[in-house]
Amino acid sequence: MDFNFTLQQEKFREELREFLTAEVPVEKQEIFGLLTEEQYQFGREINLKLAERKWLAVGWPEEHGGGGKGPIEQGILAEDMGYWRVPKSGSIGLGIVGPAIMVFGTQDQKDRYLPAIAKGEVEYCQGFSEPNVGSDLGSLELRAERDGDEYVLNGSKMFTSYAYHANYMYLLARTDPQAQKHRGISLFIADLKTSGISLTPLPYINGEMAAQTIFDNVRLPLSCLIGEENRGWYHAMTTLDYERSGLWRYANVRRVFDDFVEFCNGSSPDGGQPLAEHPLVRHQLAQRRLGMETWKLLCWNVAWMQSSGAVPNSEASVAFLYGSEERLRFAEMAMEVLGPYATLRNGSPMAPLLGNIEGIHREAMHLHGAGTTEIHRNIIAQRGLGMPR
Amino acid sequence: MDFGLTEQEEILRRSAREFLEAECPTSLVRQAEESGEGHARELWRKIAGLGWLGISLPEQFGGTGGSLTDQTVLFEEIGRALTPGPLLTSSVLAAQIVLIAGNDDQKTALIPGVISGEVILTLARGDRLETASRDGGLTLSGDSLFVPYAGLATNIICATRPAIRAWPDTTLVLVDPKAAGVTMTSMESIANYPQFLVDFDDVPLTDDSVLGQTAEGMQALDLAVRRATVAQCAETLGRAQKVLEMVVEYAGRRVAFGRPIGTFQAVQHRCADLRVAVDGGRMLTYQAAWKLDQGLTADDEVSMAKAQAGMLSRLATEAGHSIFAGISFTVEHDMQLYSARAKISEANLGDTEYHLDRLAAQMGS
Repeated sequence: MDFNFTLQQEKFREELREFLTAEVPVEKQEIFGLLTEEQYQFGREINLKLAERKWLAVGWPEEHGGGGKGPIEQGILAEDMGYWRVPKSGSIGLGIVGPAIMVFGTQDQKDRYLPAIAKGEVEYCQGFSEPNVGSDLGSLELRAERDGDEYVLNGSKMFTSYAYHANYMYLLARTDPQAQKHRGISLFIADLKTSGISLTPLPYINGEMAAQTIFDNVRLPLSCLIGEENRGWYHAMTTLDYERSGLWRYANVRRVFDDFVEFCNGSSPDGGQPLAEHPLVRHQLAQRRLGMETWKLLCWNVAWMQSSGAVPNSEASVAFLYGSEERLRFAEMAMEVLGPYATLRNGSPMAPLLGNIEGIHREAMHLHGAGTTEIHRNIIAQRGLGMPR
Repeated sequence: MDFGLTEQEEILRRSAREFLEAECPTSLVRQAEESGEGHARELWRKIAGLGWLGISLPEQFGGTGGSLTDQTVLFEEIGRALTPGPLLTSSVLAAQIVLIAGNDDQKTALIPGVISGEVILTLARGDRLETASRDGGLTLSGDSLFVPYAGLATNIICATRPAIRAWPDTTLVLVDPKAAGVTMTSMESIANYPQFLVDFDDVPLTDDSVLGQTAEGMQALDLAVRRATVAQCAETLGRAQKVLEMVVEYAGRRVAFGRPIGTFQAVQHRCADLRVAVDGGRMLTYQAAWKLDQGLTADDEVSMAKAQAGMLSRLATEAGHSIFAGISFTVEHDMQLYSARAKISEANLGDTEYHLDRLAAQMGS
């Protein structure tokens, strides 16, 4: 066992922190539940600057424009970026699409897509869920029909985060409606400028503008197919397990927790004794500290498994599930401790922590990303513990 | 960063599991419980023969000199098998006090015996134990509750309140349980766990019975307690992991409504939750062990591990009795052995609330 980072990794973190301290002033940092266009664009700029130093895709091989390090360094980057509240962008390309192309893409696809991701020049969105299909993703209906040297796509994708910023969508479509449901699905990358793709706005409660993405006779060249036709389900599920450490999300929440502890140690909002002197509050803070530490270790366990060449599967679900629920426990606890002050949004002069508590509580309702908590429990039970289906 | 076990640690785990599966069946656990001693002498002799009682004690006294990580691996297996006997009390908690606070003579007199299993040490604590100087010598008086394995102990280490002016530090003294003025009463505990009320009535102490300096024992006690707490967490982890395996296996073959109950999500999700807690507990426990091995105080890490271990215990108990259901309410079924010992471990060396409170104190609140 070794819970330490190597000296080089520590040095990388140190350099990264210097960079973040210089480049990400407090007023630019993201506030939970309040993602403005300006903040998003600021995040993109930071990514470009990181890419200049080969840090953005620090864990990728150098041949693809990465930094040639590994998942631990990628984890350090995610952890510090989250803690510094850098508005998130580029994560789907870096975390999901890139690794999938590295494994299943052709040389041409690698050359075409990977360097642009590593340079922070492109944004991706993910097209998995559909209006009628969520947890039972294998039943997806969006159709991709082969027509000469093109695929013709019809249908729609739902809950498309980053849709309004994305250049490409990484999507699953049904290529063989006759085959058993998981065996008739293929993986594509669609340029969102392609004729026939349109977006319907879908505002989220966390301030994000997502979309429903409609495909109306969208023609994609064959070169947009990633991996084998009809093997897309398996390709997608394998690569989903690559970038699941969840360290960004952890650190993003941890920052608010640390700020909250400090807040509770100061004089209370109504001028009385510090909240932290109240025995019940103390107890709750300690419980969440324990929860945060557990969450962190479970995330690092995933990164470590990746670094040792293993493919985390149920372990990623363990970390993800724990994180979703710990975030909610913290949000609920903070709301409870702050009472009516917790309802004050950013902009209210009396809002504690710039309204981050009100915002994180909305963010914590996100209990479904990368699988609902129930789906993660199914994965842990069935794949992790081998329980019968 | 490396969260895996070394090959040697894997070998230790495997051999410990094989040995305990063969030599420590639950029938033996039941016998030890029914005897009221909480001890299995033949098993104890074999365990000593394997060197387990000296796993993290120095080689110069006959120990293995292993790391706390090794000890954690071993205690996971000890917990898993519900191994009876004062392994944790004597060979970790009390032995560490001697090792940290004692002088060379005291170590030489006690540690080799602890490792061979002939010496059994225990620890008596409590505000009511007081040492006082009288007629040029020290005497001990007062009583201590919840002293584990006092009935078997060859020596009792008493963490005592020293003369008033030195309060609140501690004087650590070695006491012969057969000395005049020492009386023990069994406290009649859950699963017959051998804990005693030990009363000391003006027991005279010789000069060489003080471990370390008078009124300076707190640091040694704290460090030994931290190490023992990690071992206690490891036991809990091993037990919870075993309960998880037991319920998953049972749910896979128990049929209700025409299908194995393991196909029901209500059952699967309970198991998944236990798995999450086991994984979290493992990370926290090994982190605490590793930090102590690095010579760090690891106060927070130990408290987090122990606070979580209490919650893990409760979750395992609930999952076990809920999934095994009716049959686990019978004495004949092994689940009750696990849930009873879970409570002993939870209460020992500070429960969840105690350690959360310590954590809170570290957070500036």
